[in-house]
Amino acid sequence: MPTTPNSFRTGPDERGHYGIFGGRYVAETLMPLILELEQAYNEAKADPQFQGELKYLLTQYAGRPSPLYYAERFTKKLGGAKVYFKRDELNHTGSHKINNVLGQVLLAKRMGKTRVIAETGAGQHGVATATACALFDIPCVVFMGSVDVDRQAPNVARMKMLGAEVRPVKAGAATLKDAMNEALRDWVATCETTFYCIGTVAGPHPYPAMVRDFQCVIGEEVRKQMMEAEGRLPDTLVACIGGGSNAMGLFHPFLDDASVRIIGVEAAGRGLDTEEHAASLTGGRPGVLHGNRTYLLQDKEGQITEAHSISAGLDYPGIGPEHSWLKEQGRVEYVSATDDEAVEAFQVLCKLEGIIPALESSHAVAYTMKIAPTLPKDNLLVMNLSGRGDKDVPQIAARLGIQIR
Amino acid sequence: MSRIEKRFAQLKADKRAGLVTYITAGDPDAEISYQILKGLPGAGADLIELGMPFTDPMADGPSIQLAGQRALKAGMTVDKTFDMVRRFRKETGDNDTPILLMGYYNLIYQRGAERFCKDAAAAGVDGFILVDLPPEEADELKPHAAANGLDTVLLTAPTTDDKRLPAVLKFASGFVYFVSVLGITGTKSATEEAVRTHVERIKRHTKLPVGVGFGIRTPEQAAAVARHADAAVVGTAIIDHVKAGLDDKGKAKPELVPGVFAYIKALADGVRGVRKA
Repeated sequence: MPTTPNSFRTGPDERGHYGIFGGRYVAETLMPLILELEQAYNEAKADPQFQGELKYLLTQYAGRPSPLYYAERFTKKLGGAKVYFKRDELNHTGSHKINNVLGQVLLAKRMGKTRVIAETGAGQHGVATATACALFDIPCVVFMGSVDVDRQAPNVARMKMLGAEVRPVKAGAATLKDAMNEALRDWVATCETTFYCIGTVAGPHPYPAMVRDFQCVIGEEVRKQMMEAEGRLPDTLVACIGGGSNAMGLFHPFLDDASVRIIGVEAAGRGLDTEEHAASLTGGRPGVLHGNRTYLLQDKEGQITEAHSISAGLDYPGIGPEHSWLKEQGRVEYVSATDDEAVEAFQVLCKLEGIIPALESSHAVAYTMKIAPTLPKDNLLVMNLSGRGDKDVPQIAARLGIQIR
Repeated sequence: MSRIEKRFAQLKADKRAGLVTYITAGDPDAEISYQILKGLPGAGADLIELGMPFTDPMADGPSIQLAGQRALKAGMTVDKTFDMVRRFRKETGDNDTPILLMGYYNLIYQRGAERFCKDAAAAGVDGFILVDLPPEEADELKPHAAANGLDTVLLTAPTTDDKRLPAVLKFASGFVYFVSVLGITGTKSATEEAVRTHVERIKRHTKLPVGVGFGIRTPEQAAAVARHADAAVVGTAIIDHVKAGLDDKGKAKPELVPGVFAYIKALADGVRGVRKA
């Protein structure tokens, strides 16, 4: 009989493991630096001055708390659960990514690092990192797959305007996985002076825990806001998952509330029955990549296979290790939405609520459209609207054949 | 005594350092790769590292990345890598030259550490060098490696300080691999002075032989490393010679294999020219 832990919120252990997942699978060159980072983070976490500075920036610079908005027209159209959006797309830089980046760049400063590198898929993490580096006057290099450079051109321009150097990566499928490989290669050569700002709850320990901690502001605000709005906790949480940072930020503060149903939505690309998807939890199995053990899309031998999603931010063959653990514990349900469903949801949200969502978040919208009608009207559903779709406008306009003149 | 221990004991008796050569298994295809493997000891290699191609080689520079892609494209697998080693032991009758598998942990994890170690030992493999398996994560592999007589060669780096070294060395056997520069394979080279300082430092902590790699390209550089370390490891520069022997379509030209051997012979001459106390 598998036993249920007393709490789902105590992980990871001191070696960075969540059950069999997580850990520190990195080159020896990086190990001492990762241990140093862990120590520096633990000290910062316990330091009221660091926390105070972060809180100030989140409030005055990023614009937190983000609203919890009752989407009335969307709710009526679906005819089931009462749907709230956590409006993290209204943050400065347009997504939840800034929550984590402000924390990490503050930490980089504190550690005396003089250069910051980051990987990015959709460019949201890259833009957030470039923004924080401009604010703190630190040189910034962002690695981005060259396919993503093309499909997320507005974000590339933003990063450059903010003073960051964008390095297109041509290796492999030239998407997020390859950008992360290249960032790790840079870091091995520069680790004594460079801080690697990872954008999601993946990578070697302490990154998955650290990024989660910085993103938990999302769920903590929802908890408070929902108590104010409805006088009780939400019943259902929905968020999209690539690496899984916006989802973890929303989910983690609710993991021990048994009444809260929690659903993560992976990208099913052209369908789970094809080989072109990015649903590592549904279609993958445990393996070791990018510093951690987690669910991965891979062949029989353990060669990593290419992911596919219309959304550059979800186009990754892995997922954060804590999600892998939560899947195996059965605490979180992991489902998926296809490219077509996401594009359909994108359009529905534009027209019903006047909100242009990011293609990543559109996957959460798509699943909300599926599940809300099956739930009773008093079911309080919170969906994390993790990013805005400005960056996707050219791509969607082309796909839908929207005429400019 | 393992083959690796025996080989280093012999090198010591011969008063010289060893040459460790890296090739990617299956590059540019299984047959040519085997022809190279077969001739390495004759060209002057004292130990052989056989790279297992992986889709995401995070610690490797462009040369070894591309070699891995060529091998995977030509259909290389873990079983075929074992076959190469088995065939080498059988056809050459060479039962003395150590062969180490080098690569990334996921290929081992997918087969299961226990089965992987059994299969590797049965094929005639002597040990592992796993780039992304620091001592902190090595306890899953170590007992199975030991049970099958396989050495686990751990990496140390310039960032591995005196405080951390004992933790790394606790899991190390065969020899210690000192990564002489910060960075990925085949990009920069260490100075002779830096090599000397670090090798002396490591030797204060262990009786194991120390091999030094990353950035060695010329016979002179190999000789400089041989003056201070027990072995010089060359990888990227050999792979570059494999690549130079490919035609426009990626097929091996007749001069590929002899070209690789001529280069390795020059490296070996450099290493063997250094007399040790």
